[in-house]
Amino acid sequence: MEGIYAFCVGLLTACGIFLALRGRTFPVVIGLTLLSYAVNLFLFASGRLKVNAAAVLGQSEQYSDPLPQALVLTAIVIGFAMTAFVVILAMRSRADLGNDHVDGRLPNVQAQARLRNRKLRK
Amino acid sequence: MLNNLIWIPLLPLLGTLVPLFASRFSRSACAFLTAGLPALALILVFQNTSAVFDGEALFTSYEWIPIIGLELAFRLDGLALLFAILILGIGLLVILYARYYLSEKDSIGRFYSYLILFMFAMLGVVMSDNLLQMWMFWELTSISSFLLISFWGHKTEARKGARMALTITGAGGLALLGGILLIGEVVGSYNLYDVLNSGDLIREHTLYPVILVLVLAGAFTKSAQFPFHFWLPHAMAAPTPVSSYLHSATMVKAGIFLMARLYPVLSGTELWFLIVSLTGLATLLLGAYTALFKHDLKGLLAYSTVSHLGLITLLLGMGTELAAVAAIFHIINHATFKASLFMAAGIIDHESGSRDMRQLNGLWKYMPHTATLAMVAASSMAGIPLLNGFLSKEMFFAETLHQDSLGSLSWMVPVLATLGGVFSVAYSTRFIHDVFFNGEPINLPKTPHEPPRYMKVPVEILVALCLLVGVFPSLVIGDLLYTASSAALNGTPPEYSLAIWHGFNFPLLMSFLALAGGLIVYYNRKELFQFQAQFPDSDPKLVFEAVVQLLQRQATTFMALVENGSLQRYSYMMLSMSFAMMAWPLLDLNATTGLRPELPVDAISITGAVLLTIGAIATVVWHRERMAALLALSIVGLIVSLMFAKFSAPDLALTQLSVEVVTVILLMLALFFLPQQTPKESSPRRVVRDLGIAAMIGGVIGTICYALMTRPLDTISTFFLENSKTGGGGTNVVNVILVDFRGFDTLGEITVLGIAALGIFKLIARMRLYMPASDESGRPWTLDSHPMMLAVVSQSLLPLALLVSAYIFLRGHNMPGGGFIAGLITAVAIIQQYIAHGVNWVKPRMKIDYQILIGSGIFIAALTGLGSWAFDRPFLTSWFDHFHLPLVGEFELASAMMFDLGVYLTVIGATMLILANLGKLTTSERPVAMEEDD
Repeated sequence: MEGIYAFCVGLLTACGIFLALRGRTFPVVIGLTLLSYAVNLFLFASGRLKVNAAAVLGQSEQYSDPLPQALVLTAIVIGFAMTAFVVILAMRSRADLGNDHVDGRLPNVQAQARLRNRKLRK
Repeated sequence: MLNNLIWIPLLPLLGTLVPLFASRFSRSACAFLTAGLPALALILVFQNTSAVFDGEALFTSYEWIPIIGLELAFRLDGLALLFAILILGIGLLVILYARYYLSEKDSIGRFYSYLILFMFAMLGVVMSDNLLQMWMFWELTSISSFLLISFWGHKTEARKGARMALTITGAGGLALLGGILLIGEVVGSYNLYDVLNSGDLIREHTLYPVILVLVLAGAFTKSAQFPFHFWLPHAMAAPTPVSSYLHSATMVKAGIFLMARLYPVLSGTELWFLIVSLTGLATLLLGAYTALFKHDLKGLLAYSTVSHLGLITLLLGMGTELAAVAAIFHIINHATFKASLFMAAGIIDHESGSRDMRQLNGLWKYMPHTATLAMVAASSMAGIPLLNGFLSKEMFFAETLHQDSLGSLSWMVPVLATLGGVFSVAYSTRFIHDVFFNGEPINLPKTPHEPPRYMKVPVEILVALCLLVGVFPSLVIGDLLYTASSAALNGTPPEYSLAIWHGFNFPLLMSFLALAGGLIVYYNRKELFQFQAQFPDSDPKLVFEAVVQLLQRQATTFMALVENGSLQRYSYMMLSMSFAMMAWPLLDLNATTGLRPELPVDAISITGAVLLTIGAIATVVWHRERMAALLALSIVGLIVSLMFAKFSAPDLALTQLSVEVVTVILLMLALFFLPQQTPKESSPRRVVRDLGIAAMIGGVIGTICYALMTRPLDTISTFFLENSKTGGGGTNVVNVILVDFRGFDTLGEITVLGIAALGIFKLIARMRLYMPASDESGRPWTLDSHPMMLAVVSQSLLPLALLVSAYIFLRGHNMPGGGFIAGLITAVAIIQQYIAHGVNWVKPRMKIDYQILIGSGIFIAALTGLGSWAFDRPFLTSWFDHFHLPLVGEFELASAMMFDLGVYLTVIGATMLILANLGKLTTSERPVAMEEDD
């Protein structure tokens, strides 16, 4: 079971990173969301996997580790706030800069700028 | 020990403020007030003189940062006393002099402020009893010197000279810091007392050469030793009072001071002798030779200063105790005659408008008084008998004869020293003859005349000292020299005699040879000048500027390479770095699988994993089909919450589920405002590269996760499990941790949540958005934006949802639930009303200000924490008890529930503030937006 779990974490990480490296804001936001799933699962796993062992006293024979759960719980909520912040930032940057590229300018404009820089340096 | 030592540097520090306030008065009043505190400090120094002369060193120290060995420690021993008198005494004279030197246009308050700041820094250097502290003051002298050189910032040479001085001395200061840190490593303390008594330890340590080179780099740059000497002539762009104070009498002596201070620790080795004496000798000769050819009066004096600094360095490098005494004697003498010469040069410049010796001739007729003073000082510089310069130069010549460290080549040292003396006499003669005699002035901007009476007073005092020391050496300077030498040697100085007449001996012969040779050289100067004119005039400034510009260009190229403004590039680099850092330690991990038994695999889990895999990959594949990607993403989120449920984390599952709902709503709202299509612009190469790094990091993370899970757990959670019921009054341990054990963390977290929401609120405000009129296929939006079915159902669901959230909230302490989850459920219920009815419908019906909700939530939580103070308990101590009411039965009340209420309100407020404001943008309520084409 642990193998499957670890595979899921690794897969979510990989997908999240790939999307976070895209050039437009929306895929990056989605990538960060995937990445935060992976991070939460990873942190949760540091308490090890247990079945039928909720950390509610008197409900089961053994208890899972409550500490990582408490940490991850707040991480999920704050993760939402951060996702929201990034989304609004993306919208704002599109509104102010006129495009949704993560650099704030389109790639061909970038190439032109580089050309201009090179000329200036000479 | 109780003494007034701390006030000696402290008074000038306070004194930096005085001129700023006093500059509103007349210039004389400003100068007078400025001089007050330094004069007081000088009196303090004199008060302590007798104790120091008795061989006692005074200390005072206060703790500062003990963990790094930094303390606020001052000492007043002979060496510090000598320098303190020089700094404060000459400083006071310079204050008086500058009053007349600076013109009406110059801001005298600013100038004095810088000057006193430098005085404070320099006193700090010489009186520090802690090496780290000394280094701090050392850097402060560089900075105040920079400010003073660039005082006339409108002049290019002032700016360039200041920058050069700061670069060179600053770089040397960094080297010195390295040396000091190493000394601290070796000795185990930065306290000067400990360091001075660990000489053998340091000299025998393997790090000794490194320490020596680093410390000497600091000293040589500061004291303008070859090959770092070139900054000093360029620092002459400073106003002349600065040149006379910093760049001849005090600051450039800081390097010499450092060598004298660490003399008992670092000297006495072959390496010390070779580096220090050869550098000193080279500087002595180069400076003396170059000085002769400078037409600028201050340029001549600058190179002469370089040469004399070289002479002192050479003396320190010889390693004999007598040479060290001579070095200290020459420090005093050089400070007096050179400061007065600079002041005289300043007077000439001030009253005739030129410093060029090709224009300045025959000034004797115009300013006989100044000329006399300058001639006496210049004679002292040349080493004429009955003046102080003669005495120390005599001692210097004697020492060169007595050393034998160069083996059979030792005879070269006295010969070269005499050669240096020849040029010294030659440029001194030039200073006297060329300026005051030698015909008539040529094209001077104004007719020269005597300066104001009091401008000459500082020069007179210094020249009188030259004479007094020259005639009655042991009477005037004997005690001071003796104590300073014993402090520098950290022991008793050897026998020496300060008499003028030692009989006919070799040193006297050398003096005579130098005198005669100097006059001959000066007489034949025309031929020499012609000879020198054949060489291309290499300006060190140009070389320096070229090096600086080269560095700048390379830095720019490098920055352009690394920092090209592409976030994708930065992310890629950071990820590659973190991959390397994560993967490297994994190589040492022998077995991936640990000893902990694994759980059995079941069909449901496999199904879930397959769904998650499909969802995640679909998100990636469809990331340009935004709606599809969002749906795939929500599958992943659902599976993640099921995973939490499966592995015994019901609270997490509930939280994840409700967050998932609000996230998807949020992203759908965002989709409306972001471009409808994501262009395909990644090149295949970039896709492969990104896939590669993503797969590698994913693999590493998965491996770590697996390795982690299969190893036994040693947790601190047993404490929480045992104390949850008895200490926190709840059976749901996760919730008790959140609101009780780690309540302070949670308080911080809801605060972050609130701040994020407020930040979003600010970002949304006045956002100018493009609103598409149709979807990407060109179909217009539906007119029926609030379907009746949804409206009716959601309206009837609202009370139910609120009831559920209240139930979840109340049971949170003992069963899965709590403030976070209940808050999210409530938020979802309210959002549903917004979706079903629109903002315009909800707004008049629900008058809640979400910002106030956030604020009151955090307020309640904090208040609950503060409440425990009323019972003399630490912040956030919890309380609970059980009560009994008829009908309801037994129930529990806990202060943690109040806290949880704060969490609940903050979560609702934050979520709603984000979503409702974003939703509002789509309606007519939104602020005026400009339609723009993409």
